[in-house]
Amino acid sequence: MTPVKCYPAKPERVYFFGTCLIDLFYPEAGLDGIRLLEREGIEVVFPADQTCCGQPAYTSGYQDEARAVAAAQLALFPEPWPIVVPSGSCGGMMRTHYPQLFAGSDREDQANEVAGRVFELTEFLVHVCHLQLVDRGEPETVAMHTSCSARREMGLAETGPALLAKLGQVTLVEQARASECCGFGGTFAVRHPEVSAAMVEDKTQAIEATGAEHFVTSDCGCLMNIAGRFEHQKKAVTGEHIASYLWRRTS
Amino acid sequence: MSVETFTPREFHRQAHDALGNPQIRANFRKAMDGLMSKRSDVFSDWDLETLRELGANIRLRALARLPDLLEQLEANCQANGIRVHWAENGDEACRIVREICQSHDATSVIKGKSMVSEEMHLNAHLEKAGIEALESDLGEYLVQLNEQTPSHIIMPAIHLNTDEISEILHDKTGTERSRDVDYMTAAARSQLRERFMAADVGISGVNFAVAETGTLCLVENEGNGRMTTTVPPVHIAVTGIEKVVEHLRDVPPLYALLTRSATGQHVTTYFNMISGPRQPDEHDGPEEVHLVLVDSGRSAIYQDDELLDTLRCIRCGACMNHCPVYTRVGGHTYGTTYPGPIGSILMPHMMGLEETRDLPTASSLCGACGEVCPVKIPIPDLLVRLRRESVGEGRGNVPGAGIKRSMKEVAAWKGFQWLATHPRAWRGSTALAGKLEALLPTRLGPWTEYRSAPKPAKTSLHALVKRHQTRKPDGEERS
Repeated sequence: MTPVKCYPAKPERVYFFGTCLIDLFYPEAGLDGIRLLEREGIEVVFPADQTCCGQPAYTSGYQDEARAVAAAQLALFPEPWPIVVPSGSCGGMMRTHYPQLFAGSDREDQANEVAGRVFELTEFLVHVCHLQLVDRGEPETVAMHTSCSARREMGLAETGPALLAKLGQVTLVEQARASECCGFGGTFAVRHPEVSAAMVEDKTQAIEATGAEHFVTSDCGCLMNIAGRFEHQKKAVTGEHIASYLWRRTS
Repeated sequence: MSVETFTPREFHRQAHDALGNPQIRANFRKAMDGLMSKRSDVFSDWDLETLRELGANIRLRALARLPDLLEQLEANCQANGIRVHWAENGDEACRIVREICQSHDATSVIKGKSMVSEEMHLNAHLEKAGIEALESDLGEYLVQLNEQTPSHIIMPAIHLNTDEISEILHDKTGTERSRDVDYMTAAARSQLRERFMAADVGISGVNFAVAETGTLCLVENEGNGRMTTTVPPVHIAVTGIEKVVEHLRDVPPLYALLTRSATGQHVTTYFNMISGPRQPDEHDGPEEVHLVLVDSGRSAIYQDDELLDTLRCIRCGACMNHCPVYTRVGGHTYGTTYPGPIGSILMPHMMGLEETRDLPTASSLCGACGEVCPVKIPIPDLLVRLRRESVGEGRGNVPGAGIKRSMKEVAAWKGFQWLATHPRAWRGSTALAGKLEALLPTRLGPWTEYRSAPKPAKTSLHALVKRHQTRKPDGEERS
């Protein structure tokens, strides 16, 4: 886990790194994240040349390929503005592993500098924006799955629940073994499909057992996995990225 | 119960079998849940991060001076009357142990718990030489009676439930079938007691070998370790070369971390400090004490500045207790002496990446192992490192490096790299994926056996943002 940050004052501008999963599968979640930031009076700059943080190649052992992809992203953030990422997994990659990837190379300083400006979205909303929310939704019970990267790599177990706590009509219920992995793990789900399936089955059962009909998460990998399992079983429980949930209930 | 043999090569099949075995699932889930909760309770009033930092630094300091400390340990053990032997690998260690036994005409050996002896396959080696080795740790005893191997490094028989244990004891030792744990424990105890008295040699492991004093520390709960190391006339301790610590004062913090991380205990029932054979004015204890220091690939790990962290391990088992993969497939599935996360970063060095090819990937990199490790081994980073060794060009420091390199996969990642470094092509392909969504397969191999396929959005985030930014001035988009 990276050490606790000294958070900056709320800036005028931020960069937004949307992540490839959001770009391809959950673009609304990305846009809702941008809207939440803009509502706080922050100008959001979305570098058009962004693609993927490189994590899939990195965790699969293809470090050179990951480094090339990461290098292309490093160049996208020339101004000293914070970089907000709506994913603990991609945020963790950029904050923790970019410095490792470029250690000893001529881009080491740049990687360290960029890594120091990376914030996960819920972290940024809580610690930098000190976000206040007016809940306009109906009373609802909701469960949350915090991704392992947000929880452990970035040390952000509390920021998602802290935001949900600001929604007056929402009751957050905690599922059994909340801190346990949902079984996604990127290529893990493909390389060890049966073990991964056993994990997501347990996760969906735990969420279902809370009685909540809706769950939120701050990572689209987990969302794809958990919601995909619910849908496959034709269960009524639905999932959503926390940015969309917050925007939907407060706009 | 049929006797099965497990091998890391069959990880997938073994995992499939374990996942489909409700009893294995229930036994491990229940046991791991209990261990996790005990650990978290016992650390609740500690500044755990500070203690872990201390533990990590003690181990790092010892490893930084490992060659010197081993020489110091040898000199101080010898000064204490302990005979020190060096073994390059398991076979050599087995030979050394056997020759010591043979020099005493030993036919019967009693063993305290030692994972290094499991790693060496010592029992089988001694048996071939006509020397019977009996495990005296209760879990190890049951596993040995059942002709199995340990499924957990701290709780070897954790895969067995009460009924199975009753059946094993009945079949192999003739005790009455019973569900009374106290009865079964007492039966095993009395069976073992006779054997302690009759054994020619006692063999134990070592938890911490203290260089400055030549002391061998042994942590245990059942007293079998005390018996093993004091009753027979000869005691042989076997240990990996990484178990050495510099000072005696290094032991209390590591012991505090070990017992709490392993079983959630403040202290164990026994903590043995062995500092030599029986002295002339003493009434008991072994007449001879030997220490066998086993390398088995450890010094090769030591050569690599990153992989070196593997050697910090104090064998508490917390990484497996907290591993969502281990919890579901159990220890035997890994097919290795050390299962779970620590096994997946250690065994590739001992068996090579070809044999253990599925172990570094058998993790979602959730980080639970690294989070609880009392000496802060960056286990997820080391798993990624071994994945890199597996698919790399074979120039790495791990035996079998490059074994999983396939041109097809390399081409796929090169393709990914090209696309992710050509933003225009990237935007074009995400846009295309959205448009062709209806044409894309709804079955994606193993993913869709258990989950619905994710559907590419009709409009990518890139396109949504563009639209959002052009609309913004008139506020139309904010409804």
